[in-house]
This record gives sequence, C-alpha cells and structure tokens, in this order.
Amino acid sequence: MAEPEVYAIDVQNAVKRYGEFVALKKISLSIRDNEFFTLLGPSGCGKTTLLRMIAGFEEVTEGEIYLYGEEIENQPPFKRPVNTVFQNYALFPHMTVRENVAFGVEMLGKSVPESMQRADEMLELVQLTQFSSRKPSQLSGGQQQRVALARALAPQPKVLLLDEPLSALDLKLRKAMQLELKHLQRETGITFIFVTHDQEEALTMSDRIAVMSDGEVQQLGNAVDIYERPKNRFVADFIGETNLIDVEVTSRDQDRVLCQFKNGLTLTCDAVDGIGIGSRGHISIRPERMKMRSEKVDDENWQGKVVENVYVGTDVQSIVALQNDMHLTLRTQNSDTGKAMIFEPGTDVFVDVEVGSARLLAD
Amino acid sequence: MAGGAASGGSGAASETYKEARTLLLMPAWLTLTILVLSPVMLMLVYSFLTKEFRGGVIWDFTFAAYDQFFCDRGLFGDEGCTLEWTYITIFWRSIWQAGLATLLSLAIGFPTAYFIATRPANVRPLWVFLITIPYWVNLLIRTISMRFMMREEGPINNLLVGTGIIGEPLQMINTNFAVQVGLFYSYLPFMVLPIYAAVERYNFTLSEAAADLYASKWITLRRVLLPTVKPGVIAGCILVFVPSLGAFLAPDLLGGAKNFMIGSLIEEQFKGNAGNWPFGAAASMILLTMVLIMLMIYARQQSRANRGEA
Amino acid sequence: MASRKFDVRRYPGFAQLTVLCLLILYVPLLVVAVYSFNASASIIVFEGFSWRWYVDVFVGSDSAKFKEAAWNSFFIAIIAATVATTIATLAATGMVRGGFFRGRTLSFGLISLPLMVPEIVTAVATLIFFNSIAFERGIMTILLAHIAFCIPFAYLPIAARMQGIEDTYEQAAQDLYATKRQAFTKILLPLMMPGIISGYLLAFIISLDDFIITNFVKGAGVETLPTAIFGAVKQGIRPNIMAISTMLLGFSIVMVTISYFVSKRGDHK
Repeated sequence: MAEPEVYAIDVQNAVKRYGEFVALKKISLSIRDNEFFTLLGPSGCGKTTLLRMIAGFEEVTEGEIYLYGEEIENQPPFKRPVNTVFQNYALFPHMTVRENVAFGVEMLGKSVPESMQRADEMLELVQLTQFSSRKPSQLSGGQQQRVALARALAPQPKVLLLDEPLSALDLKLRKAMQLELKHLQRETGITFIFVTHDQEEALTMSDRIAVMSDGEVQQLGNAVDIYERPKNRFVADFIGETNLIDVEVTSRDQDRVLCQFKNGLTLTCDAVDGIGIGSRGHISIRPERMKMRSEKVDDENWQGKVVENVYVGTDVQSIVALQNDMHLTLRTQNSDTGKAMIFEPGTDVFVDVEVGSARLLAD
Repeated sequence: MAGGAASGGSGAASETYKEARTLLLMPAWLTLTILVLSPVMLMLVYSFLTKEFRGGVIWDFTFAAYDQFFCDRGLFGDEGCTLEWTYITIFWRSIWQAGLATLLSLAIGFPTAYFIATRPANVRPLWVFLITIPYWVNLLIRTISMRFMMREEGPINNLLVGTGIIGEPLQMINTNFAVQVGLFYSYLPFMVLPIYAAVERYNFTLSEAAADLYASKWITLRRVLLPTVKPGVIAGCILVFVPSLGAFLAPDLLGGAKNFMIGSLIEEQFKGNAGNWPFGAAASMILLTMVLIMLMIYARQQSRANRGEA
Repeated sequence: MASRKFDVRRYPGFAQLTVLCLLILYVPLLVVAVYSFNASASIIVFEGFSWRWYVDVFVGSDSAKFKEAAWNSFFIAIIAATVATTIATLAATGMVRGGFFRGRTLSFGLISLPLMVPEIVTAVATLIFFNSIAFERGIMTILLAHIAFCIPFAYLPIAARMQGIEDTYEQAAQDLYATKRQAFTKILLPLMMPGIISGYLLAFIISLDDFIITNFVKGAGVETLPTAIFGAVKQGIRPNIMAISTMLLGFSIVMVTISYFVSKRGDHK
C-alpha cells in the first residue's frame, strides 16, 4: 500500500488498571477500515474490557484510542460515533421494536418521522418488519438479537462493536447468525469489532483475529495464520486441538532444526527466531496433520500402538501410544480414503507427520 | 408498605396446612371483619342518620348530613339547593396540599432513592435503615419537632436572624408551607422505599445502551430510566398522597386555623358538644370513596402494565 | 464537557439531595433532643446541659399524668402486639401454606384493609362501632382497636419470611412421622422466629405510637402517652415535653434497631 493507511480503530499502548489489578497490559492494535475483526480469548482475558474502552464505558488508565485518526479515549460514549450490540441486547422494554431502532437516530437530532423511517429501513434489512409494533419481551431471543443489531446500525456508526452477541442462541441459530453477520458487514462496509470466546466462531467469521489472554494480545493474524502458525503455546492450545510435545533443540541446519523429545524420538521442523540450540520449547502438531501407516515410509516416522478409536461423525479420533507412555491424538477423516488409514486398537502402526506441519513454539 | 410483593404469594403455593386453613385464617377474618370492615359499613349507615345534640346519633334516616355538605340553603336553611362551597373548598385545599406535599417528596425522594440504590450492595441496607428510622419515631413527636423548629423563636429563625441573613424572623408556622413541609416530613420514607426497590431492580445496561446511542445522561433519565421505574414512582406517590389527604396532625399542629383540612374537619365533628356525627361520618365516607377510587385506578393500571409487559 | 470518568449511574446533585434529605429527617429530632437537656426553662435559648427535665418528667407536676399514660400505653402495646402477632402468625400460615383458594386475594385485601384506609376514617368508623353497640369507651376500646390495625403490620414481615422458607423441611418432618401440628410447632415456628419477633416489635411500636385512632376511641378519662403529649403540646411546648419526646424517640429507635438485627441474624441461618 503506497499511502499511509488511516485505521478505523487504532489502539496505542492502552493499559487498564483496577487498583492493583491490571486488566489490560499495554495493548496496541490497528483495526482496518471495512474489516471484520475479532477479539478472541477465554473469559477474563480482557477482550470485553478493551471493547468497552473503545465504546467509552471504561476509562483508559493509560494510552490512546483513535477513531479514523481522531482521538476519542476521553470522550463520553454519547459523543463517539461507535455503536454497541450488547450481550444481553439491552432493548428498552417500554418502547416498541421500531422505537428502539429509531432511538439512536433520534438522539442524533433527526426528527421523529425521519428516525422512524430509518428504523423501518433497518428492520427490513434484518427482516423483522412485521414485528415493528411489538414490545421486545414479545420476541424470541434470535429476533431480539436482530433488533439489537438493527438499532446499533441505524445511526450509521463508523465502527460497530459486538459483545458476544450470539452466546445466548442455540447452535443452529448461532451458525445462521454468524453467516448473516458476515454478510451484513460486507454489505454495509462498516468495520465490525467482534468479541467472543468461541474459537470456531472467530475462525468462521473474521478477516483478522486478535487472540488475547491475561490482558495481552498473544497473536494477531488471519484465520489461517492463527491456526496453522500459532506463535506460542497458548494460541496453539486455545485454537482447535493440538498435540503439544516437550522438546529440546539439538541441532540446526540452515532453516531447519532438529528437536529431541524426552523419550528419545526426534523430529525436524522449521526454525523459529529466538529458539536456538539447547533451548527447550514445545512442538505443536494438529491431529489431522498426522497419518497412521502400516509400514514405515519416512525415517522420522514413529512406531506406536493404537490405543483407542473414537467416532465423532465426520472424523475418527485415534489415540496412539508411542514409546515411554507418550500419547498422541490423531484425526482421520471418515471417508473411503480415510478409512484405509484407521486401524483397530492394539495394532502396531507408524505415525507419519506431514512435512511442515509441526510448529516449534516458545512457551 | 410494599404489600404488593407479599400478596397472593405467587411462587409455588405450598399446601402443607391446607386442611387447617380455614381454622388458621378465622381469627384474622373475624377480628378484621368485626373491628374494621363492619365499622366502616356502620359508618356509611351513620352518615344517613340524624345528629344528636351532645354527640351520637338518633336512628332517624335522612340525607341531612350530605345535604349539609353539598347544599347551601341560605341563612335559615329553607332555600333551594345551591352548591355549598365551604366543605368542598376544604376538600379541594386538602387535595392541593397533599398534592404539593407529594411533589415535594418526589423532588427530594427520587434522587435520594436513586442515590441509595446505586451505592455498593453491602452498604445499601444501611442507607435504607437510616432513611426508615425516622418513620418509626412517633408521628406526633416528629410533627412536634417540626413545630418546634419552625416557630418564630425557633432554631431556624434564630439561625437566620443571628447570622444576619434576614432581618426579622420568618412566619413559617401556621402557613400552607408549614403544613406541606410537615406532610413531606411525615411520609417521605414511603416515597423513597418503592422507588428504591424499583431502581435496584433496574438493569443499568439499558442506560449504557442509551448512552451508546447518543443520549445524554438527562435524556437517558427521562426517556429510559423513568419509564422503566414508573411503577415504583407511582406507588411512592400514592403512598404519600393518600395518608396526606386524611392527615390530621400536620395541619392541626402546623397549620393553625387558617389551614383547615379534611382531617381537622372530621375530627371536629366528634369532639365535644358542637359535633355532628352524621356529618363527620358523611365527610369520612366521601374521603374514603375518593381514596378507594384512586386505589382502584392504581390497581387497574398495575394489572394492565403487568399484562402489557408479559 | 467531558468529565474524565463516565459512569452511567452517576447524576450530579443526587448525592447532595440525599444528604439534604437525611438532614431534614434527622435535624428536627436532634434539636428536640438537644433542647431536652437545656438547663434553663427556656425553649429558645440553650443555656447548658442538665437532666432536670427528665427528672421533672418523673417527679414533677405532670408526672403522675404521664406515668399513668405511659403505663396505659405499654400495657396496651404489649397485649395488642401479642394478640395481633398470634393472629397474624396463624393467618400467615394459612395464606402462605394453605394452597390456593378462591377467596385468597380477598383475604389478603381484608388483612391489609387497615393499611389502605386513611387512619382518620378507621378512627371514625371504630368510634361509631363502639357507640352503636353501646360499648363504653376506655382502655378496652383502645385495646381492641389496636389489635385490629396491628394485624397487618405484624402480618407482612411474618408472611414475607415464611415465603422465604421452603416447605421441604416440614415435608421431611412429616416423612419422619411428625403430625402436621408437630411440623408446625417444632419446625416452622422456630425457623420463623426472626420474622415473628420482627412482626411483634413492629406491632408494638405501631400501637405505642398511635395517636389518631386512640384519640377517638379513648373516651374522656383515659390517656395514652401520645394523647397526653398532644394535650400538653396544645398548651405550649415545654421542655419536659421534649424530654418525654426524646425518651420515646430513643425507645422507638432501640426497638427498630433490635428488630433490624434480629431479622438480619435470621437471614444468616
């Protein structure tokens, strides 16, 4: 990109302290225009705190926040052109659906008829026109969620914040809403900042993800980056399933290193800066990137015995015991080709790791 | 009293003592029917009787009491019925006084209730306790203390004159103002407690949503908070207005002769030899009717609100 | 005007109004209390600390009158509270543990009738009632009237507490061969004690403090403390009135505080 980019939200060195407790430890993030950005992490990691700081409900202890170049961290929420979809929707119970959706527009100074008209447009966008005269308590959870969405989008904010909006919905509805949100973001072109603890949800919807834990950003990248190339143990463990193996780096050959397991087995993988010879670390191997073979096909294959097979519908999860009681979890797809690589418990097999799929991690 | 919460016991109705139920309830039913319900019925009857000269009644049925209340029949009592304003004025003045007292209670009571409800949860009961203690002090004593404070040579005037803020003592006692302050002082906790209960239940995320949608704090108060806690506010207003309407002590001790209210009017009918029992009974019936109508309107509004929100 | 911290809960001025409110509520009482210790007979100037008015209450010219009035008040309050609390406890048991029946709302309406009717109307009606059956006015009439209107005051905390106690305990007791009466006396009643005590204290204070109804039904020869004080005030506020008022005030506060702590202790059980 030739010109310097103006970020939708630029967080610089933001710190949040509650007395002694530090909720956010110097976070810096740049969120782009027209991006679906997710803050992902377990509860207590600070993702909601960060979101509320952007919305204006939490004071920024240190640091700055910029909205399209304008500094906003000192502005009260009703002065910031950002809107929030709250986790419990927070629909005004005494107003009709239409009045709810029109509220923000009216607060911005538009006349009542104008705001009602805008509300009607939004309700059509989320397909709830026939409910516009009802009270929120008369709607289902999924419908309330769409009203909350319409209400937040009606004033045409520069950025939309979503605080775990799908957590109260059942699975099928959730999946449907995930696609609808993605679609909505594309259509409106507004930057969405989405907070969730569900990593599958994050991977499905996001352009980029910031994985957070303990008040820090552990890794920032798109779905492929985060999943395939986790930077540390937390990210590897939190996103999807993985096998984590305690290793020591014994030698290096250009950009490949040799790692030694505790039980004597070895594996070659890509070198990582900062982890030199003699360092200890972990290797992360995703279960679907390993295969069981009846014969050795590579020098680095490991010998083991199948302990258990677990049928999970789309895949079969196999637990294989290597020497010295080390166990690995593998996943094989439940297709015709896959079935050929699934063996009965008790069978001796060789574990073949796909080239380049093992990631060396700092702790 | 937030009696509404204890009514009917909605929640699993236990049936443990179902067989003994009538026996258990009989004492209460009997006592209250004999000592409260039937006396009120009797009062209705008495309002249609003839007065006896030294108090009491003669069992002669007549409309005389109501006639005296509503009709002006001239100096000798033999003209046609034109509207008698004297008593209606007294009722009207009482309504007005009670109304003002209610507004005053609302103006100070609402922020107080709100403030207490937004204190940290462990401190809240203490605040509530502080607000309710004065209620448990004898109303008579509280009214006396108000009178003591507002006298011409009372502490307030002493302070104001002593520090030079005013030149001469203010005439506070025996004014409308004194009565309103007295009523406000008598029933303030009744305004605070229902509003407190309502604000405590209020979900502040709604205020956050309003702020998120560009509403300033005061607009949020007016358009979001108040409509949501409206039932509590109305309950508080009723709990102050109704007792104020029939109050006796505040007008008597603080208002003096010029501020005759319903309570004083009624009381006068039953004291000494100038009394007119049927008239007193009639005035009481009129007061009771007004109160019951108000309570019914309130109850209907409550059930409509409950149905609307369901 | 962006203040540094935005708190949706905070409204400027509300804290100050609360303090004002508390001041208005307490200052008059405190002033009366202070003046009750006035060394001089003046009710205008405070001239030093003295117990003389308290002594005067007990031995002075009016003391006989006040003593008798106080005796009447406490006597009536104790009996009225006891009877009212008993009736209220039984009624609460019937309402809360009696299942649903058609007259239930009506029943509750009847029990809370004294609360809904303006006190002066109750006073007039009660007077008329006693007059109609030619029941002579005196201590008995006061007592009967008090019992009636104390019932709802005792009822509310008792019923509230009973609703908070699951009936599983009584069912367990019956499962272990207790009769219903035993379940009531050995299980429910002890658990309810804080509520009953609360209700009793409430009824006691309400009876002690009552003026209007008492004034109407007492007849000429009897005085209770409030009516005696009222009569004295009509002749002008004197320091011994303030002494009595302060004592009554202090007593009420102590009762309420006890009631409060009793119910709090009950919550921790």
